[in-house]
Amino acid sequence: MTELFGIPLPALLGQLLLGLVNGSFYATLSLGLAVIFGLLNVINFAHGALYMMGAMLAWIGLTYFGLNYWVMLVVAPLVVGAFGIVLEKLLLRHLYKLDHLYGLLLTFGLTLLIEGLFRSFYGVSGLQYSVPDQLQGATNLGFMILPNYRAWVVLASLVVCFGTWYVIERTRLGALLRAGTENPRLTQAFGVNVPLMVTLTYGFGVALAGFAGVLAAPVLQVQPLMGSNLIIVVFAVVVIGGMGSILGSIVTGLGLGVIEGFSRVFYPEASATVVFVIMAIVLLLRPAGLFGKEK
Amino acid sequence: MKLEQKLSRIMTAFAACALALGASTASAQKLSDDKIVIGFITDMSSLYSDIDGAGGVEAIKMAIADMEKQFAGKKIELIYADHQNKADIASSKVREWIDQAGADVIIGGTNSATALASAKVAAEKKRPYIQIGAATSRLTNEDCTPYTVHYAYDTIALANGTGAAVVKAGGKSWFFLTADYAFGHSLEKDTADVVKANGGTVVGAVRHPLSASDFSSFLLQAQSSKAQILGLANAGGDTINSIKAANEFGITKNMKLAGLLMFINDIHSLGLKTTQGMYLTDAWYWNQSPEARAWGRRFFEKMKRMPSFIQAADYSAVTQYLMAVKAAGTDDADAVMAQLKKQKINDFFAKGGVIRADGRMVHDMYLMQVKKPEESKEPWDYFNVVQTIPGDQAYLPLAQSRCPLVKK
Repeated sequence: MTELFGIPLPALLGQLLLGLVNGSFYATLSLGLAVIFGLLNVINFAHGALYMMGAMLAWIGLTYFGLNYWVMLVVAPLVVGAFGIVLEKLLLRHLYKLDHLYGLLLTFGLTLLIEGLFRSFYGVSGLQYSVPDQLQGATNLGFMILPNYRAWVVLASLVVCFGTWYVIERTRLGALLRAGTENPRLTQAFGVNVPLMVTLTYGFGVALAGFAGVLAAPVLQVQPLMGSNLIIVVFAVVVIGGMGSILGSIVTGLGLGVIEGFSRVFYPEASATVVFVIMAIVLLLRPAGLFGKEK
Repeated sequence: MKLEQKLSRIMTAFAACALALGASTASAQKLSDDKIVIGFITDMSSLYSDIDGAGGVEAIKMAIADMEKQFAGKKIELIYADHQNKADIASSKVREWIDQAGADVIIGGTNSATALASAKVAAEKKRPYIQIGAATSRLTNEDCTPYTVHYAYDTIALANGTGAAVVKAGGKSWFFLTADYAFGHSLEKDTADVVKANGGTVVGAVRHPLSASDFSSFLLQAQSSKAQILGLANAGGDTINSIKAANEFGITKNMKLAGLLMFINDIHSLGLKTTQGMYLTDAWYWNQSPEARAWGRRFFEKMKRMPSFIQAADYSAVTQYLMAVKAAGTDDADAVMAQLKKQKINDFFAKGGVIRADGRMVHDMYLMQVKKPEESKEPWDYFNVVQTIPGDQAYLPLAQSRCPLVKK
């Protein structure tokens, strides 16, 4: 059998694929953060809590309303998005003129509130949510057995991520959004409703978190603290990719997923820290991130 | 985080001051301050809060309510706090309670690191420390104290239960998936020893970080080891996520999973379909006897879920402590400790339990197998008790204890 660094090649291929699966969660989450930071200049710490909300909503939909996975894959992001819009209208918008730190503090506080509420209702042991029937089972790829659900996760996230990138970078709507970020006053002078655009952008960004939450529900423990473990890594992804860079967050998310996957084979003890080591190196060499522009 | 901690410290300091003020007027008879103050510190908000937490508080309140009539005219107070799984918070809170709130006994909840830190403080201040939720066997070995009682279970008992049973059932070769911190390491080591002693082999292990985001990579490594048994030397969310992924990747077709520390709450959140046939060792199960059932249902009325063995042990330990105070006629720490080590523990939690010189409460443990979905008659009816492991076989023999208090 062919080997690389003492690990059989098929095993490495397997790990590469698993890395991509995890990377697609990072990509979807960091994309939402990047969109929000890019257009609102808000560091949205509540992203993890909203991701958790997506997963919890999937469970609530199934348990109380009999709505299956596919319905909730659409409904949960909409609900999370609507909730985000309310947050933006009521709270966040008063902070745009202030330092980033205020947005961070507010969203951190919101995280504690949201997690606390869900915790007092549902506890922390987690709720049952199984893989939808259509995606049960696994496919033998020769070098590994890939569960069908994981393949779906990669596919769904890639479509959503590149769809978002396309809309923002290649369409007229995206052009308006970008113009609104560059120079809100001038854009408004052209008759564009910038505040509405900002609200909707925040709604969309957090809807992405909700979407990732539903994707995660069948494979991870669905519980109120599930977002707080992930959010720090996702922040690191955004920093490495370059704050606010759309493509950067997608590519970095996938790339770091793969690197993390390999570290789990070669030195598993470091797999939780490897992302932060890379972050430190990137910040030293390119302070604006891999895809960021120096301002 | 920092700010949050500071605030909560200030708040608890206030609360403790208020308590101390209220306490200072009472005259000292046989009970210090004319009342018994029980301090309970555990994880109230994070990953271990379902197996103990608010349910543990409720169990202790039930114990106090049941014992109160035997202390006519005296008050039994409960104070409790969240240690947030941080050893420094646990030890400073315990110190504060003993110094300022007049705590007569400390009941320790989940998390081994907080338990080791609290036990030290309690010993220095000479107060009984009854530890329930933490697993580390160090509490009654190298870190034992004259005031520590380790009440419900430890890593050695878990290993002796599941490890031995699985090897005897034909699971000879093992691979460990281990949480990379003190608890995981000691559970892996204790289990590996038992596996080898019973004629099994350990073919490898992979260490994952605490609260790992994904287990599929680790599981593929386990699968390529070709071992028969995958020993899960982790707990809580990590165990749940490993089992979920093992099912998804079809690992369970070739390997059997052995959860080395699992609670009924974990089974509840995974469902019987995913967990059926798994072996696990617990100190108690609500459906194991009529008495246990009666208490389990009482608890269910209050909490809307069945108790974990830790919550049952919370009740039992506080009851035993109060009985010891009653028998000794004082809440003086040394007198109560002597009485505790003298009395036999017979209640719905333990039969013929004894507290040894090293602080270990020795009682029977139970090897359970998770039921098939069709065997379960009602919600929370999850286990078949396949074997009762007598206390002297489950726990480390006193002769082998590394505790200096044991006279050899």
